[in-house]
Amino acid sequence: MSDLRQSFITFFTSLRVTVVLLALSIILIFVATLDQVNLGIWAVQEKYFRTFFVLWDIKGFPVPVFPGGYFIGGLLLVNLVASHVYRFKFAWKKSGIQLTHAGLIVLLVGELLTGLWQEEYQLRLDEGQSRNYSESYLFNELAVIDATDADWDQVVAIPEKQLKTGRDPIQHERLPFRIATRAYYPNAAVQLREELGNQSAPAPATRDIGARLAIIPMPMTYKQNERNLPAAVIELLGPNNVSLGTWVVSTMLVQPQTFDYAGRTFRIAMRFERTYKPYSVTLLDFTHDRYLGTEIPKNFASKVRLHSEDGTTDREVLIYMNNPLRYDGLTFYQAGFDNNDRTTILQVVRNPSWLLPYIACILMGLGLTVQFGIHLFAFVSKRRASA
Amino acid sequence: MSFKRLIPFLVLVLGALYLASPFFKKSKSDFDLDAFGKIPVVANGRTKPLDSVARNTLLLLQGRQRVTTPEGAKLTPNEWLLDVFFRPELADTYRHFEVVHPGVLDVLGLTPEDGDGKKRFAYTQLVGKLEEIDRQAELAAGVEAPVRTSYQRAVLNLRSHVILYQQLKHSAVVPDGSDFLADLLRLNDNVGPAIEAVRARASGKETDADLAAFTMSLGSKFMRMEQVGILLMIPPPAGAPADAPWIKTGQSLLATFENGSVNVHALTFAGLQQTRKSRQAEQFNTLLSKHRAESENVYPAVLKKTDAEARFNQAEPFYTSMTLYVVAFLLAAFSWLKWPEPLQRSAYYLILLAFVATTAGILTRMWLEGRPPVTNLYSSALFVGWGCVGLCLILEKIYKNGIGSVAAGLTGFCTLLIAHHLSLSGDTLEMMRAVLDSNFWLATHVIIITIGYSATYLAGFLAIIYVFRGVFTRSLDKATADTLNRMVYGIICFATLFSLVGTILGGIWADQSWGRFWGWDPKENGALIIVIWNAIILHARWGGLARTRGIMALAIFGNIVTSWSWFGTNMLGVGLHSYGFMDAAFVALTVFVATQLALIALTYIPREKWRSAAALK
Repeated sequence: MSDLRQSFITFFTSLRVTVVLLALSIILIFVATLDQVNLGIWAVQEKYFRTFFVLWDIKGFPVPVFPGGYFIGGLLLVNLVASHVYRFKFAWKKSGIQLTHAGLIVLLVGELLTGLWQEEYQLRLDEGQSRNYSESYLFNELAVIDATDADWDQVVAIPEKQLKTGRDPIQHERLPFRIATRAYYPNAAVQLREELGNQSAPAPATRDIGARLAIIPMPMTYKQNERNLPAAVIELLGPNNVSLGTWVVSTMLVQPQTFDYAGRTFRIAMRFERTYKPYSVTLLDFTHDRYLGTEIPKNFASKVRLHSEDGTTDREVLIYMNNPLRYDGLTFYQAGFDNNDRTTILQVVRNPSWLLPYIACILMGLGLTVQFGIHLFAFVSKRRASA
Repeated sequence: MSFKRLIPFLVLVLGALYLASPFFKKSKSDFDLDAFGKIPVVANGRTKPLDSVARNTLLLLQGRQRVTTPEGAKLTPNEWLLDVFFRPELADTYRHFEVVHPGVLDVLGLTPEDGDGKKRFAYTQLVGKLEEIDRQAELAAGVEAPVRTSYQRAVLNLRSHVILYQQLKHSAVVPDGSDFLADLLRLNDNVGPAIEAVRARASGKETDADLAAFTMSLGSKFMRMEQVGILLMIPPPAGAPADAPWIKTGQSLLATFENGSVNVHALTFAGLQQTRKSRQAEQFNTLLSKHRAESENVYPAVLKKTDAEARFNQAEPFYTSMTLYVVAFLLAAFSWLKWPEPLQRSAYYLILLAFVATTAGILTRMWLEGRPPVTNLYSSALFVGWGCVGLCLILEKIYKNGIGSVAAGLTGFCTLLIAHHLSLSGDTLEMMRAVLDSNFWLATHVIIITIGYSATYLAGFLAIIYVFRGVFTRSLDKATADTLNRMVYGIICFATLFSLVGTILGGIWADQSWGRFWGWDPKENGALIIVIWNAIILHARWGGLARTRGIMALAIFGNIVTSWSWFGTNMLGVGLHSYGFMDAAFVALTVFVATQLALIALTYIPREKWRSAAALK
């Protein structure tokens, strides 16, 4: 038993394993970088880094072909910690190395936590517009809004992935009907059939604008500046599976579709997934300066008013490049602009583990400086002695 | 004192004279071309002397600064620009458009034999095909940039070059061969009546028909200059607020109808044209010095910078340093065969000179831009070379064995050569895009990571010296081998420190600016790969997994890793699959990688086959 234990320890504390793991990580990062051209930055992270194995589709079956980021990073972490635990002997001569590796542990743990906890959203604001929610730029949702009461809306939001066909109809305690997906398109354009000139084709849905639309499926996009716009045909089912009709929902249809049922008024819409906040952000002014006589952007800045519901915050903030707003555990960055410089796009990020890289940086920088300083000092005094 | 001991000082003096030589070049022309080159204008968003406009445009159009007229006369960039502005009918015959793509030549109906140097063509050779160029470019513009073919890129390039040339021609005066000065003076004397005449004609009243027609025609010429011209050549008037914009000559001329008089700068340009055309050098120079004297009263601070830039252009410190690096490299390499002491000292002096010249050059650029040294790919090449040479000087100071000088000569020359090729894409002092506009992070992250590149390259080049001397010469003895081993190790430690700290600082910048520490973007990954590679070398050495030869092979591979991070990732941004393969830079990178792999293979030739085998025992 202790033999086995010993060989485990020898294995996990060996420098050879370190070197092999480092080499594997280089290959992983290199291939992932090349694959970004095809997959885009988000899909690459999922496929190569936030996974234990890199899977390749071989004849429809996902086959693990290479260790993924979690696998290599995890083993490196084990290797590091094990070496520290079993080889740790404090000596001034090694203090730099130990600091460096402690920093590396913090960095790896921080990256893992970021992968698990970080959330990113977008906030699009036209000048003068106010919003108290941000939108995901990856995920979408089907919102069913009970708008019977003029003063407030009750929203049931169904994540897009639950709409994929083949599942049972979705039931929710606040809704008097169930929702069944009749067709689902991860990326599609919708257009009026009279514009397309084939009005004779069968209508995809019976209710509202769906009766006049055509759905044109599109290939999925992975480009960084494009997003997939899903569409679906849904059927609402009352008690005893009585159909209320079918609707086309799509993120391309900005206006929600309204209908009455059981004495209540509902609106449904497919939209970018929203996260509501206890405060609102109003865009007062967006400025986009260019260098004289050129189109080279010199500065983008959004002047916003931040107003919290509890009344404790009400102030103006200027968000510009390299100068984000930090509020409520969130950071608001100037990410882009649109609409002839009248719309700002802010990126909103929550990353609870943001401090760890800073600590890691200090530890590693200090560690390496100390270590190489010791080397250099020894080298210089040796040369002095021999001279 | 023996002759041998004098050699280093002679070399030092000759080197210094060579560095200073550009300042002593006398112009053969009676026209004060330097004063013309110092006229400040605003282009690409910054104030610069016309001298820079001329040089950058020529580099962009044809990849070199020299122009030869059809009669065989050689023109300086300033003389060329003077003709573009004031004698466009001559400039149209100069062959300064480089076209090499066979497909584009077919469209133009030209063969390489029609061109100067088989690749440079004149505007007159293209003028009949402008519509077709435009049509082809329109077709190509419809294709997304990353997937354009080399033909599509070439035709788009040609169109943008022709447009730029036209824009320059419309920047100072009307390029139609008319007597512009006379026209402007006539207008200046009759602004009120001229406006009246046009108004009267518009409302059908009786008027001076000739004056009305003259004014209308001149007005439309101004309009065309305003639309087509590109340089902002007219400074704000005296007493204007500090941020008042410079404007185009055409815009200023149009304002004549509101102000009642022609702008004095615009008149000066017309006067320069007049005197240049009639070969009145004296009057030409008088006009320039008058213009200069007035400018000095109004915007002295601007002139201080543009004058410095013009002098900097003239000194060409990076070009002269390139020569010095080559000579130093040869001297130091030869020292391993003969005369070690005097040759190594000479090489060391030359490297020192070149280092001082490049340092001065980089400092000048920083002052002109008001920025830390590295702001774009071009300046990173300068700085990588500067860092390498700086480290080499330290090594040479410590070891005094010529190795530092050889490595300095090699890396200094290569990086400056790379920089020269990068400068062909336009103004190297371009304005910072908003995303990067942070002097703090440019001064920390970018500098540190660039020094990391320098050190990783240096380790690789030291390893190359080891392999070359070992395999091809008998000069690699045991002591030298040990020294090289220690040098490479020390430099890799240094590289690890800088690339690691630089990479993490980059992460922190990203966190500050975009809310994420690490985004797996190609440039970030490239930096990370360098750090990991250096860590591998160190761990392999500490774990006894690689001995001297292994470390040398790993260090050479470090050159590939660094080049990938530096350039390869940039090529990715434009799409590798259907695009990059025709790209000259991509070819260069591939060739470089191949040579490094060949060097690694050399390393693994059995030790007893090395020419230094005996010396190494």
